[in-house]
Amino acid sequence: MKEKLLEINNLTVHYVVENEVVQAVNNVSITLNRGETLGLVGETGAGKTTLALSILRLLPDPPGRIADGEIIFNGKDLLKCSDKEMRKIRGEKISMIFQDPMTSLNPVLTVGEQISEMIRLHRKVSRTESTRLAVEALESVGIPGERYLEYPHQFSGGMKQRVVIAIALACNPELLIADEPTTALDVTIQAQVLNLMMNLKKEKNTSLILITHDLGVVAETCDKVAIVYAGEIVEYGTLEHIFNNPSHPYTVGLFGCIPNLYQDVKRLKPIPGMMPNPTDLPVGCNFFERCSSRMDCCKEKKPATIEVEPGHLVKCFMAGEELTGR
Amino acid sequence: MSVLLEVQNLKKYFNTPKGVLHAVDGVSFKLERGKTLGIVGESGCGKSTLGRTIIHLLDSTEGKILFEGKDITHPTKKELKILRREMQMIFQDPYSSLNPRMTVERIIAEPLLIYKQYDSKEETYKRVRELMDIVGISPRFADSYPHELDGGRRQRVGIARALALEPKLIVCDEPVSALDVSIQAQILNLMQDLQEEFGLTYIFITHDMSVVKHISDNILVMYMGIPFEFAESKELFKKHYHPYTKALLSAVPIPSIKYKKKPILIKGEISSPINPQPGCRFALRCPYKQDVCLQQDNPLVELSPNHFVSCARAREVNDV
Amino acid sequence: MKSEDTKKRSYSMWKDVWKRLKRNKTAMFGLFLLILVILGAIFAGVIAPEGYDAQNLRERFMKPCASHIFGTDQYGRDIFARVLYGARISLRVGFSAVLLSVTVGTVIGACAAYYGKYIDNILMRFIDIWMSLPSILLAISVMAALGSSINNLVIAIAISSIPGHARIVRSAVLSVKNQEFIEAAISNGASDFRIITRYILPNCLAPIIVQATMSVAKAILSASSLSFIGLGVQQPVPEWGAMLSAGRTYIRDYPWIITFPGLAIMITIYGINLFGDGLRDALDPRLKN
Repeated sequence: MKEKLLEINNLTVHYVVENEVVQAVNNVSITLNRGETLGLVGETGAGKTTLALSILRLLPDPPGRIADGEIIFNGKDLLKCSDKEMRKIRGEKISMIFQDPMTSLNPVLTVGEQISEMIRLHRKVSRTESTRLAVEALESVGIPGERYLEYPHQFSGGMKQRVVIAIALACNPELLIADEPTTALDVTIQAQVLNLMMNLKKEKNTSLILITHDLGVVAETCDKVAIVYAGEIVEYGTLEHIFNNPSHPYTVGLFGCIPNLYQDVKRLKPIPGMMPNPTDLPVGCNFFERCSSRMDCCKEKKPATIEVEPGHLVKCFMAGEELTGR
Repeated sequence: MSVLLEVQNLKKYFNTPKGVLHAVDGVSFKLERGKTLGIVGESGCGKSTLGRTIIHLLDSTEGKILFEGKDITHPTKKELKILRREMQMIFQDPYSSLNPRMTVERIIAEPLLIYKQYDSKEETYKRVRELMDIVGISPRFADSYPHELDGGRRQRVGIARALALEPKLIVCDEPVSALDVSIQAQILNLMQDLQEEFGLTYIFITHDMSVVKHISDNILVMYMGIPFEFAESKELFKKHYHPYTKALLSAVPIPSIKYKKKPILIKGEISSPINPQPGCRFALRCPYKQDVCLQQDNPLVELSPNHFVSCARAREVNDV
Repeated sequence: MKSEDTKKRSYSMWKDVWKRLKRNKTAMFGLFLLILVILGAIFAGVIAPEGYDAQNLRERFMKPCASHIFGTDQYGRDIFARVLYGARISLRVGFSAVLLSVTVGTVIGACAAYYGKYIDNILMRFIDIWMSLPSILLAISVMAALGSSINNLVIAIAISSIPGHARIVRSAVLSVKNQEFIEAAISNGASDFRIITRYILPNCLAPIIVQATMSVAKAILSASSLSFIGLGVQQPVPEWGAMLSAGRTYIRDYPWIITFPGLAIMITIYGINLFGDGLRDALDPRLKN
């Protein structure tokens, strides 16, 4: 059952812009098993999207550059694949859903054609067969097959995102990467789309990497969670680890920032300051400036990753001890 | 507490090629001084239009707006200029709400210069520094341009600009939804502090239920231009009578694994209220729909003290 | 907000544009050519103190040599001096015509876009009619009506290029008009005039400047064409187009008489166009990188 699908080891990605090096992703390691859902949580600019694009090798190059590390998918290092092999993997084995459903569909093709084109690209099937499969794909996301011949502008936002999901899942990929798939949608629509995604995923035993900034969405969908801060994974564990026993000061801080529907708080506890500039990361811990339980040693060197309980990794000197200052 | 703002049966229609769009269709409420009214709803429900109509960025089609007891629905140019200093707005997008060609200092000074608040430049810029201090922007950003600042600081500049003329009412249109959670919390706290310090009254427009619960005293739920439910914040989150409010609240993902809940999934999506038929505008998506819902419009009815609901079947559905 | 360790780097947009422009070698070459022509025009009196109409009938049709590096024409006038003085005329006509048409075009375009509705409709239909007239024909009729003088030449060229500017400004204003900072200005009680001049136009500068730069080249060409057909500047004033026209009878035997004014036109236009292209890239960083 627990078969390893994706393993990322020490991935480091840089952007080189005008003689400055943006350290977008630093030394990130992730493992994902078949059928599992991993939530990548972090703020704007934390490097979540860069990480996802690196897996598909879709980084704009230049300025993006994978400096180090390996991405092993099904036992094969994607960073060593040829462009031709990569094209075969994209869409067929790994597909991606982008944040904005308004711009990720081609406005001059009908939605049906876009799905069937995707199918024909990866499978040797006839035109009629691909049309049949496309209608099936549309129906699987709850859109009546008659709408095959309609254009994207005839669909509402939530419906477009369903079409995007249908395209992404058309070839039964083993891994689906969803980059903020519901951020542009209203809550009631978000609930519909998330529900749909999770059902399809379960049905097809697809693995999912869900990139989001919303801890609420994570709580409802994910098995494992990685908290990303300034290009690093600062905390990694199962849903229970992260939500019941948040151990990195940043994770704790994030929870303090969110107003809760079920609890009354007079004032929120914001994390002071801002994320460090990725062109100029500090020598010590990246979170040092904003941390409420910082110590002297945090300023001088980067903390190592500590396993506080089996499968629960924390990048902090204080890991495993009672956090002070909160 | 005295009433600062009263809105009576306010309507705002737009003429579109497809017909008349009823963006805001009969909203009434009273807002007391120093309180916060939260207006929630999904995109296209008319909440932003309502806010803009109240501060006269748009002209109302019908209804009345009373500010400190005075009818300000159709002000003259002169009255409007006086009125503008009393009501300000904080915008959603900290990127497009600041003039990219002006420095931070200049942006905050603009309202002071427009109203010739001070006789000399020195006094004006002294006040600007004071405002920057109030909202927590360090003076070294005075000569920066907006594109050099991050979202949180930009929003602080927007807040400073809104505060410059010491308004009584501030309409906040999704002021934190473009910000990251850690910055969002900083701005929400700042807004609460300012409210306490200057006795401000807020109209807080948002789609985020958790945020609106946190900051508001009263909440108005809107759907396709119609007010669906109005109650005190605490009351509304305890008891929600309208089927739409129920669905909306249940759909909010909770960042906790202690509360396992199943969202009430409502089918379909919100559409534009163009030439709407009489009857409940939510009926097509409503799990409790019956013929009675489509027969007449449903005004807000006081179901329990200070808790108003616009639903023909609210009593039946909720056993009240 | 204590943890602000990022150093403050405040730079205005113009410094930024200049930095990008400096990196663009072809644009800098264009600027160099343009400056060369401008300097020639400014210091014409110093470089060629004898003036543009000093005739020396003994030295007619001289080939380029040490004393007359561009040679002399049919009246024995030094062509180098005439080309330098001609730069004064061409640049003056080019820049003032553009200034005039950009000003009028901006007012029309900004009003149409800002006030919208029927004002927009009336103004733009008017502009459409204006645009349907061939511009050189329009300029010719204006010149014929007003008589030929440098000022009339400026007016004629300006009139024919106003509609283009009006359209560019209108579309630029439309794209800025709906941004939230305009609403913010309105809710701060700013007047329409203040909003247009302080909020909208400064944010439309980039396309206006690019269009203006390119039209300087067009205006210089139009001025030369009009002079060539005898409707622009009259003899003996050394306008490049007029020089071409006067020299064309001698093209077989004394080709330098028209070669150098022609080259002058070419170099100036080339310089302006290179610079204009670079400016457009520098003002809109999205196009490059």
